[in-house]
Amino acid sequence: MNQLDVRLPMGLLFLLLGLILVGYGLAADPVIYAEHSLGQNVNVRWGAIFSLFGIAMLILAARAKKSTPQD
Amino acid sequence: MCMNFCTPLAAVVLDLAGVDYLILALYFAFVLGIGWVLRKHQKTSTDFFESGRSLPAWICALGFIGANLGAQEVMGMAASGAKYGIATSHFYWVGAIPAMVFVGIFMMPFYYGSKARSVPEYLKLRFDEKTRTFNALSFAFMTVFSSGISMFALAKLLNAVLSWNFDACILISGLVVLIYIYSGGLTSAIYNEVLQFFLIVLGFLPLVLLGLKDIGGWDGLMKNLDSYSVAKGMPGAWSHSWKYMGDAHANPIGIEWFGLIAGLGFVLSFGYWCTDFLVIQRAMAAKNMNSARRTPLIAAIPKMLFPALVILPGMLAIALYQKGGSAHIALPIAPDGTPDYNMVVPALLSKYFPHGMLGIGLTALMASFMSGMAGNVTAFNTVWTYDLYQRWFKPDASDAHLIKVGRATTVVGLLISAACAYAAANFNNIMDMLQLVFGFVNAPLFAIFLLGMFWRRATGHGAFFGLLIGTITAVLFQGCTLPQGETASILKGGWLSVQHTFVSSMAQNFWMAIFAFTGCFAGTLFISLATAPNRTDAELRGLVYSLTEKVKDHHETPWYARPATLGIIVLALTLGLNVIFW
Repeated sequence: MNQLDVRLPMGLLFLLLGLILVGYGLAADPVIYAEHSLGQNVNVRWGAIFSLFGIAMLILAARAKKSTPQD
Repeated sequence: MCMNFCTPLAAVVLDLAGVDYLILALYFAFVLGIGWVLRKHQKTSTDFFESGRSLPAWICALGFIGANLGAQEVMGMAASGAKYGIATSHFYWVGAIPAMVFVGIFMMPFYYGSKARSVPEYLKLRFDEKTRTFNALSFAFMTVFSSGISMFALAKLLNAVLSWNFDACILISGLVVLIYIYSGGLTSAIYNEVLQFFLIVLGFLPLVLLGLKDIGGWDGLMKNLDSYSVAKGMPGAWSHSWKYMGDAHANPIGIEWFGLIAGLGFVLSFGYWCTDFLVIQRAMAAKNMNSARRTPLIAAIPKMLFPALVILPGMLAIALYQKGGSAHIALPIAPDGTPDYNMVVPALLSKYFPHGMLGIGLTALMASFMSGMAGNVTAFNTVWTYDLYQRWFKPDASDAHLIKVGRATTVVGLLISAACAYAAANFNNIMDMLQLVFGFVNAPLFAIFLLGMFWRRATGHGAFFGLLIGTITAVLFQGCTLPQGETASILKGGWLSVQHTFVSSMAQNFWMAIFAFTGCFAGTLFISLATAPNRTDAELRGLVYSLTEKVKDHHETPWYARPATLGIIVLALTLGLNVIFW
């Protein structure tokens, strides 16, 4: 059964979520970080981590597709 | 329809911004999209109910753990972390890992190798039809009930912290799960469990890190927990897992080491991880025997680290509560006047996550509820279709017909879940009662699997009546015992006559399991010896240890992919964690 590689949607989702977090983190008023996350811009930091994870998943999915013989 | 809990009880209120809604919407789009893409691959009933037995071990492993990573795990374990401290890790390092290793190494060869499509079907092959039907019926009821509880808990939570409409929450959560299971079957459920797993891990990790930083690191956490435990009259009990297990009065769980190991670590843990089709179904979807055996073993690695993610928030909440000042955390008050520990995770989300990460945290929380629902619904549709419908109503059903029934069952299963959710909202005692009944039925279950797999003389009559004896033993035990401070009642116990009082209801539960298992084991043993074997040795080949050729690893299999090696590594790491947090 030639199914969808789960790393593909997962990579896309995490990359998009990461980009949204980074974008919002850079644009939002810094006061929200003082109120909530001990002054740390968690949106940018974790957005970057989400993006990196998403990219890693996409690379793994692409490599798996390359190494699988096509019908 | 507005329930009595429509008035928010909680002091915790989450205020969402556009970016949080965008994150939620994106997640739901992907969840539904996965089901939509997978729909064209559902050509046979094996595809729909068993993922075509085609998935690699790592996906099955994350599905195995994701199906179990429901709301009870995320919010319930955080609550237990607050109530019991590090000792809550016993539910992982004693109450899960050893059983996961056992099922991977010793039991999976029978489940996967027998080609049974479900756990009840294995019971039919090994014992007889009545044992299968008994197990299938109780399992089917239990899964839709559990799915309904998840649905109710999600709707209640969203109603309380976001003021979302209760009915709309039930409808939307049910519809989302319905659409992705209806279209993509088990594969869709497992893929979403994998997605949910990573979302929960990456979504909650920053919460724990921020909490730890706020409290002054690990040392600050321990210092505040020690002050808290002194105030509670159990010095040190919140910061050690084993040190105070010698006496049930010296630890907050209220159980001594023997009851913990035998009740939780053996009977309940092995009963769940080794026999519950909800998790076994994920391993049976694997592409080959080696992958099926490695599924629970790979799953055991993140599982042993989960206390850091789900228990630590509860411990942090208590420590922050103890510390007070700027680090103070506001927990709502439960009806009994104590802090509502079930609200620990939403309270921490509200405290530490600004908009953006708040959307991620809330999505992770909703993902945990939905993975719990989906896991139960996929197990329910398989057991209903194969073990009840095909067996009793249409034995000659075509493959296409079985897929149709499976899809219809998914709809019906979610409708029953919704009915259970409303019943839970209106009649809390009925839900507690049902949970008690399931406890009676489940407690003895592992005994018949153990005897069935490792003793060829065990018979169908022995297993069936052994189960009944075990269940009756559980009922009688509960009727004769009572937790301290409780009044005798059907729900709490002692309704026959109070012969023994336990320090806690947890201790009563663990000891009930020990008695039920013993009753079932002895009953199955004696009745089997008194009745004629109903299976020949040829029929038992592949189902019983002594009559089955041992699974040998291919000589090219690397050491890290060998189940026995993996099992030893997992057990050694778990032992290490127990020693470190002694």
